Amino acid sequence: MDLSLLPEILSSTIRMSVPLILACLAGLWSERSGIVDIGLEGKMLVGAFASACAAAYFQSAWMGLLFAIVISVAMSLVHGYASINQRGNQVVSGVAINMLAAGLCVVLGNTWYGEGGRTPALAVTMRFMSIDFPGHDALFAMPVVGAIAKIFLDHSILTYVAFAMVPLSAWALAKTRFGLRLRAVGENPQAVDTAGISVAKLRYQAVIIAGILCGIAGSFLATSLSASFVRDMSAGRGFMALAALIFANWRAWPALFACLLFGFLQAIGNFLQGAHLGSFEIPVQFFNSLPYVMTVVLLAGFIGKSVPPKASGIPYTKDR
Amino acid sequence: MTPAIELIGIDKRFGEVHANNNVTLSIAQGSIHGIIGENGAGKSTLMSILFGFYAADKGEIKVRGEPVKIRSSSDAIALGIGMVHQHFMLVDPFTVLENVVLGAEGGALIGPALDKARAELNRLSHEYELDVDPDAIVGELPVGLQQRVEILKALFKGAEVLILDEPTGVLTPDEADHLFRILATLRDQGKTVIFITHKLREIMAITDHVAVMRRGELVADFETAKTNVEDLAEAMVGRRVLLRVEKGPSQPGEVVLEVKNVSWADRIGVARVDNVSFNVRKGEIVGIAGVSGNGQSELLDVIAGITRPKSGDVIFEGKGVGQLADPQYLRREGLAHVPEDRQHRGLITSFDASESGILGWHFEESLGRGFKLDRAKVIARGAEEMAQFDVRPANPLLKSAKFSGGNQQKLILAREIGSNPDLLIVGQPTRGVDIGAIEFIHRRLIELRDQGKAILLVSVELDEIRSLSDRILVMFAGRVMGERPGTADERELGLLMAGVSKDAA
Amino acid sequence: MAARGDLPAWVDIGVIPLLNLTIALVVAGLVVVIIGENPFQALSIMLNGALGSLKGWSYMTYYATNFIFTGLAVAVAFHAGLFNIGGEGQAYVAGLGAAMAGLGLEFLPWWLVIPSAIIASAAFGAFWAWVPGYLQAKRGSHIVITTIMFNFIALSLMSYLINHVFRPLGKMSVESRAIDAGYIPSFRELGRMIGITAPNTPLNPVIFLALMSAFGVWYLLWRTKLGYEIRTVGANMDAAVYAGIRPQRIIMITMAISGGLAGLLAANEVLSAQHRLVLEYVQGAGFVGIAVALMGRNHPFGIILAAMLFGMLYQGGTELSFERPLISRDMIVVIQGLVILFMGALEQAFRPALLRYFARAGD
Repeated sequence: MDLSLLPEILSSTIRMSVPLILACLAGLWSERSGIVDIGLEGKMLVGAFASACAAAYFQSAWMGLLFAIVISVAMSLVHGYASINQRGNQVVSGVAINMLAAGLCVVLGNTWYGEGGRTPALAVTMRFMSIDFPGHDALFAMPVVGAIAKIFLDHSILTYVAFAMVPLSAWALAKTRFGLRLRAVGENPQAVDTAGISVAKLRYQAVIIAGILCGIAGSFLATSLSASFVRDMSAGRGFMALAALIFANWRAWPALFACLLFGFLQAIGNFLQGAHLGSFEIPVQFFNSLPYVMTVVLLAGFIGKSVPPKASGIPYTKDR
Repeated sequence: MTPAIELIGIDKRFGEVHANNNVTLSIAQGSIHGIIGENGAGKSTLMSILFGFYAADKGEIKVRGEPVKIRSSSDAIALGIGMVHQHFMLVDPFTVLENVVLGAEGGALIGPALDKARAELNRLSHEYELDVDPDAIVGELPVGLQQRVEILKALFKGAEVLILDEPTGVLTPDEADHLFRILATLRDQGKTVIFITHKLREIMAITDHVAVMRRGELVADFETAKTNVEDLAEAMVGRRVLLRVEKGPSQPGEVVLEVKNVSWADRIGVARVDNVSFNVRKGEIVGIAGVSGNGQSELLDVIAGITRPKSGDVIFEGKGVGQLADPQYLRREGLAHVPEDRQHRGLITSFDASESGILGWHFEESLGRGFKLDRAKVIARGAEEMAQFDVRPANPLLKSAKFSGGNQQKLILAREIGSNPDLLIVGQPTRGVDIGAIEFIHRRLIELRDQGKAILLVSVELDEIRSLSDRILVMFAGRVMGERPGTADERELGLLMAGVSKDAA
Repeated sequence: MAARGDLPAWVDIGVIPLLNLTIALVVAGLVVVIIGENPFQALSIMLNGALGSLKGWSYMTYYATNFIFTGLAVAVAFHAGLFNIGGEGQAYVAGLGAAMAGLGLEFLPWWLVIPSAIIASAAFGAFWAWVPGYLQAKRGSHIVITTIMFNFIALSLMSYLINHVFRPLGKMSVESRAIDAGYIPSFRELGRMIGITAPNTPLNPVIFLALMSAFGVWYLLWRTKLGYEIRTVGANMDAAVYAGIRPQRIIMITMAISGGLAGLLAANEVLSAQHRLVLEYVQGAGFVGIAVALMGRNHPFGIILAAMLFGMLYQGGTELSFERPLISRDMIVVIQGLVILFMGALEQAFRPALLRYFARAGD
């Protein structure tokens, strides 16, 4: 292996982790409130599509972000309505949302732009590019220090938003009234109801937060990581985020590390394409599947234990 | 003095069920008011309405003389009403403090509320004997302490009126006594307590007034000092029932079941069945009495082969079967089992009656050869069971859920007794069953005994145990406290059930 | 609060699903309107494309063959209370079995190779589902999550194997060489042998296997002791334990059956239609199975009907995308999503209104 690639791999790790972190935190908020969300993938996808279209139309990355959030939240509300009001099966609803998203984005994209679902390429001014702070060229040009600085500082605003969301989520869950109630409703909604707090309202709030975070993740995919939307561009990241959430045992800080680990595996997979270990070619599929394999092994209880919130996935009824 | 609570003409229906029918009740300030009634009499519904959990269809509520609308639990809490539910409303992974503060955080951040709650808990624990470690994880506390957390929650939120729904069902006698002391102190400090139960003894022990409910109606409201157990029982049930079943003396034969030093521990290692030994002979009914949760259910599961004993053995017709833990093998060998919880175990509510009618016996060759299950034979079996035990409606294709509790129970008994077993083990045969069906079921059990079958009966209804059993074992904290003849008097058994024994085995 | 009252049976199994399906299609129609097309015209093109010719019918039935397998897979697991979302991966891995037997047993006559390859398909699919079943039964990992993970693992595993093991040297497209010994000829080819002209479609005798599987599943669930045990475990785990049924065993067996059914899709695709193991050949049919099972109310007969309906959507959708290039073939995926949403997650949405209606009508 070539050590000179390391800074780039690490920088790429950070970039690849961003959508995972956002989606994983989305899942965290939703599931801690008791709503299982396997529709992270779909929400991220509609977010990516909406942001690509809106950024192109308004010539603004920020408008892209706004639309990504609005559309992703709209999807969340569908899931919320099915799960909270209708007490439907949350897994089924999530599957439906993923399919709807995959289909709708391509159908609409094909109609509007006629390129099999691809949206127009975004100019640099319509994307979230690396933050251009004064003197960064000089800094990055420095030996060693420059390379290290580039790992951490050569990113777009959304990357820093994603990383800031981790302590923010951890703090809000642990220290605020909202967080306390939200954690309670995911464990025992009846306790919350009898304390005079609306279960439905809390869960809707959680679902909306999940929508916002997935929207940002989607926007990152289409306007920062790439320069347009292409079909299936979320590429299973929503499910990988779900895996990370399980890995992190539904807690915010561990979620960060799980996402960094999975992001690292993705980055290494990309860089090592075609690389050899002796005469053996390291298959890229190995790195692609590793997060899922690790999650299965973890879930099987071979390394530690992962316990979801007690009420997650169970619709709340007052019925006798 | 203005009553603390007035309920006027409260009416509530759940579909077909008239849960509360024009109930009017007044509760005096600074008193303990009991509400008694059988399961399903509408006590819990009434209190859930007062606590804003359900909305009444009709009726009015006054709190301290003021007419109020209680639309949700938060309205009730704001009016100074607190409730301790039968199933605790606690968040298991939270600390005691977090549980107490939930819903009364006072601001966007919980820090200050936690500090305040810590100070308040300290004060309350001195005032009312309500000691709990504020930093303990609630899920790790014993039930008695969890109940205290519930009371603390209500008091922290400023409850002046405290509703307790069946609070002693999960408590040991010691814990129950402690609870009664707490309640008395609360009353003496001017709080009002509403105490829901179906146990007459508790009503007599701690209430000032007692209201009796039957089938959704409030049928009587007594001053406790001016009434007695017999009158209350009559009001509860509607007519004076003599639970004594006519039966001749038993003629015990050879031993069918022998339980030898059986112990069983739960997942966290607590011994729920502790070195239990006894036997059951042909032609007798052995009753196991005890407060619910003292190891009877676990013992039944071990005997039925559902769980494996940690140590000791179960010997059925001379064969050691404890370690096999194979219910199907036991059924083949002649053991039938009427489970305690018919809704969750005894039948499958989404199956039709004929399919519920073969549960556990579906492997029999008479229902289809080899791997096959012959639908016609299943239906025929169901129809036969229904005819034998007068199950109504006698339609084997009707969904099991659509039968009344009594008829469901009769179907289960028909299934199990229909297998012509050598030993029938039966848990809570008449729980939630109407009077008519109770008499029917009791008669069939006696008949079975008189045919020379062995019966092991577990019931938390002491009356039932006393009227059916030829020998009575009393279980307490997983152990058999002693054996008494079927004629033993109630007080003696009651002492054993409370863990007081002169001859602790 | 919606009272959980009772509706007449014909409303429960007839009116409610029909209403839900109608709403799903109306919403799909709205999407068509949004993209500036006429939904009625689109519908008529689709219906015509699927039902207007023998060829359309033939294609539709070919697609339905896959959906019957995956729909049955979801339904069998559902009856045991398990949600198997891994049909996609199970069918994909089954392709490995089909290809290994089909290519590896070439020295045997076709009448031995074909059954072996079909059995191998089912066995590989069964294995890929049995593992999550085992993990749920013995290790307590949630089946929904593990089957999702297994879909992705299958994706990587198969992609590696097809690229590095099955792809002949120098070949550009990612697929195995043709499976000749185990090839199941299409009806067109069979017809040609006896001088009948069947339409030029991939429809082949595996459709009979699908129909037999549907009957088999019905028989298993409602006419055998194992089926009784499966349904008991699905309905009430405690009652099952009381009855002496071992849920762990039933979970593993049911998942294996479920995966085996999904795996039979490989017979239709790898052994016949594609004639070889192709990268990602399942094309989402595993997920269509969820919609099919929901729509067919987890009953084999309903599943056959629902599979035909989805076959029609697929065939009609293909025709539609030819005639109206603005409407992408992905419209079918949208409809799938809507069907799952309205017939699955929002299944009970109309119940309260219908209850009120019938309560009033009954007075």
